[in-house]
Amino acid sequence: MITLNKIDLDQISLAYNSSLEKISGRIILCAGTACVANGAYKIRDRFLEVARAKELSISMEIQKENSGDYYLSKSGCQGFCQMGPLVTILPANILYTRVKPEDVEEIIDKTIIKGELVERLVYKAPGKETLCPTPKEIDFYKKQRRFVLKDCGIVDPEDIQEYISRGGYKNAEKVLKKMEPEEVCQEILEAGLRGRGGGGFPTGRKWALTLKEKSNKKYVICNGDEGDPGAFMDRSVMEGNPHSVIEGMIIAAKAIGADEGYVYVRAEYPLAVARMKKAVNDAESLGLLGNGIFNSDFNFKLHVMEGAGAFVCGEETALISSIEGKRGMPSPKPPYPAQKGLWGKPTVINNVETLATIPLIMNMGHAEFRKIGTENSPGTKTFAVTGHVANTGLIEVPFGTTLREIIMEIAGGVTDNNGNIDNSKFKAVQIGGPSGGCLTAEHLDMPLDFDSLKSVGAMVGSGGLVVMNEDTCMVKIAAYFMQFTQNESCGKCVLCREGTKQMLNLLNDITKGKADHNTLILLDELAEAVKAGSLCALGKTAPSPVLSTISQFKEEYRAHVEDKKCPSGNCKDLLEYKIVPELCKGCRLCAKKCPSGAITGNLKEAHIINTEICTKCGICFDTCKFKAIVKE
Amino acid sequence: MSTQAALNFNNLCEILEKHNNDPAKLITILQEIQEVYRYLPEDIMTFVATSLGISPAKVYGVATFYSHFALKPKGKYVIKLCDGTACHVKKSTAILEALQTRLGLNEKNNTSSDGIFTIETVSCLGACGLAPVVMINEEVHGAMTPELALKEIDKIIQQEENKQ
Repeated sequence: MITLNKIDLDQISLAYNSSLEKISGRIILCAGTACVANGAYKIRDRFLEVARAKELSISMEIQKENSGDYYLSKSGCQGFCQMGPLVTILPANILYTRVKPEDVEEIIDKTIIKGELVERLVYKAPGKETLCPTPKEIDFYKKQRRFVLKDCGIVDPEDIQEYISRGGYKNAEKVLKKMEPEEVCQEILEAGLRGRGGGGFPTGRKWALTLKEKSNKKYVICNGDEGDPGAFMDRSVMEGNPHSVIEGMIIAAKAIGADEGYVYVRAEYPLAVARMKKAVNDAESLGLLGNGIFNSDFNFKLHVMEGAGAFVCGEETALISSIEGKRGMPSPKPPYPAQKGLWGKPTVINNVETLATIPLIMNMGHAEFRKIGTENSPGTKTFAVTGHVANTGLIEVPFGTTLREIIMEIAGGVTDNNGNIDNSKFKAVQIGGPSGGCLTAEHLDMPLDFDSLKSVGAMVGSGGLVVMNEDTCMVKIAAYFMQFTQNESCGKCVLCREGTKQMLNLLNDITKGKADHNTLILLDELAEAVKAGSLCALGKTAPSPVLSTISQFKEEYRAHVEDKKCPSGNCKDLLEYKIVPELCKGCRLCAKKCPSGAITGNLKEAHIINTEICTKCGICFDTCKFKAIVKE
Repeated sequence: MSTQAALNFNNLCEILEKHNNDPAKLITILQEIQEVYRYLPEDIMTFVATSLGISPAKVYGVATFYSHFALKPKGKYVIKLCDGTACHVKKSTAILEALQTRLGLNEKNNTSSDGIFTIETVSCLGACGLAPVVMINEEVHGAMTPELALKEIDKIIQQEENKQ
């Protein structure tokens, strides 16, 4: 074991790279949550099994002395979740998609032994026949600028040596050995880095404010309580490159004069918790965390804490309460955490992605960093693109990229309910989760950054982008988000606790056909009250999805309220399923699929739906091949 | 005290000791205790409060605040249905309804009387690329439909019956 203080990054890097040179190839298996769910580990086992049978040497550890001819490693999320499980073969950089255990033998025989392609596993753009064997040819990757995510999906997140071999911890070393705290704050301030967690507050200013405070104890907290439904950027960074977060925290600690830190990870992310914990242990055993790091007088102790399932803990004062072992309820600001944070001591709280950006800025310098993105929002942003698009997944683009580029090019276009691409079906994008708003076709060409989004009533938030097609009911979406904030309201502020409940009731009235002309007026009044009467961002922004859908989709709301009709046919109380006897062939398919047994009829005779038993789940509607079932 | 109960109690004391009876570690302590008991029994929470030197109300307050903590025993198979935005727009509600109807459960009464199944909805499992997602214990099932979900349930029911 290398002793404390004497760590030599170059030596580790050299040793690792020379092992890498010895191998004749590498197989990288994506082991992000989605690929694991799709059977990535079964593929790994199959690789080892087939290799053994063929007496091909595939090793899972690179630095064993008899290291194998081929190195099989896992990586964090590569982003292309839709096409998983993903297998990359180096050095040719061939990317195989939707790999199954039964494909492994062919991959070994053809690609690894003979260097040929297994064409059926190569990605083809939808509707095209051209093969895209490497990420360079795939639109999904080609149009991105992977910066924070550059090493996610390549490095083995559980191997600290690989992180070091790619220049990792070099920037922490530089900062600890050669820079003063003021210089570090100044560098980040000049880089114009803004917090990636939602609000977009300048990180450098936050640090400088905390540095200014005189105290014998300060803390750095990494906020990994990513709770927005439909967002998984932070999870991917923690799972895919945990050491970049730790390095960012070391630099932050130096910049503000802290000697202790916490990484607070959401309980629903067991893999991220496990990988962060391993990364912290590995960094400790190499002396990158602890006392006298890099022979300096700088000490830093890092803990990983698992959350217990409360969305509001993403708010910084609530998060602090939670670390202190209390109910995670927000407290009024000021005092800001920079003055009185954890245990009453000055504290800096940064988001995962922000911290992972720090080492990159220290490496390239603020001038180079500012060349990426826009004037007021430099750098890149990761987005989780989900919903009705061809390629769901994790992407990273510079600020200033338009929605059109993201949805139509990177994500491959809008899909209808059957998964077929049809861009004319585009209806809206929900951005920023329960605090954000909706953007429509008219915003498709607007360059996205912190300020442009704010000006149209939305926000970057943590970066969840949910694309919706024409068959989505916007009133229901608003109600969905209201239900979410209602569930997650901590109950401290009356207007957030009770106001969101009443707003939800009003929205439900609309979807049930019980609304009248007063409903919308009341909703608007309540929205203003909830905004004004809530302490933290959860309450202050809770009405945003409602206000934004009302302003963008006035006609749809009007149809619900006045005509008692749901134009997209989603609100069950406003519609009924019927079978058109002339079109029904009596194939029995719908009757078989109906979960409540509401459809009756003999083979080759028109069927009937018993409306009293029918739960209006819509399965029959989706099942019928003859369009004989209609919603009215 | 049965052997199992004594064993659990031993674990409980070890957990408290490991964290030096530090009230600041309450959340971590409760998480570890829940792993032992599969939920947080009331008398155990009182015991924890006394050991940490805080009021039982405080412990109860924390236990009820966070959704991760269960005050009632959960079923052997916990079905977590993701209702994150991506799953929601891909019709996760239909899956929930199908599962609830099959198992005779609802939002309030979410554990089957034989203690086999618990149905929960969660706001996001972070596997949006596979929406809609159902997690049964630790296993994630992606691109679900009501039909496929019911098939999974039937498989478990079959397994349990075979055991008997």
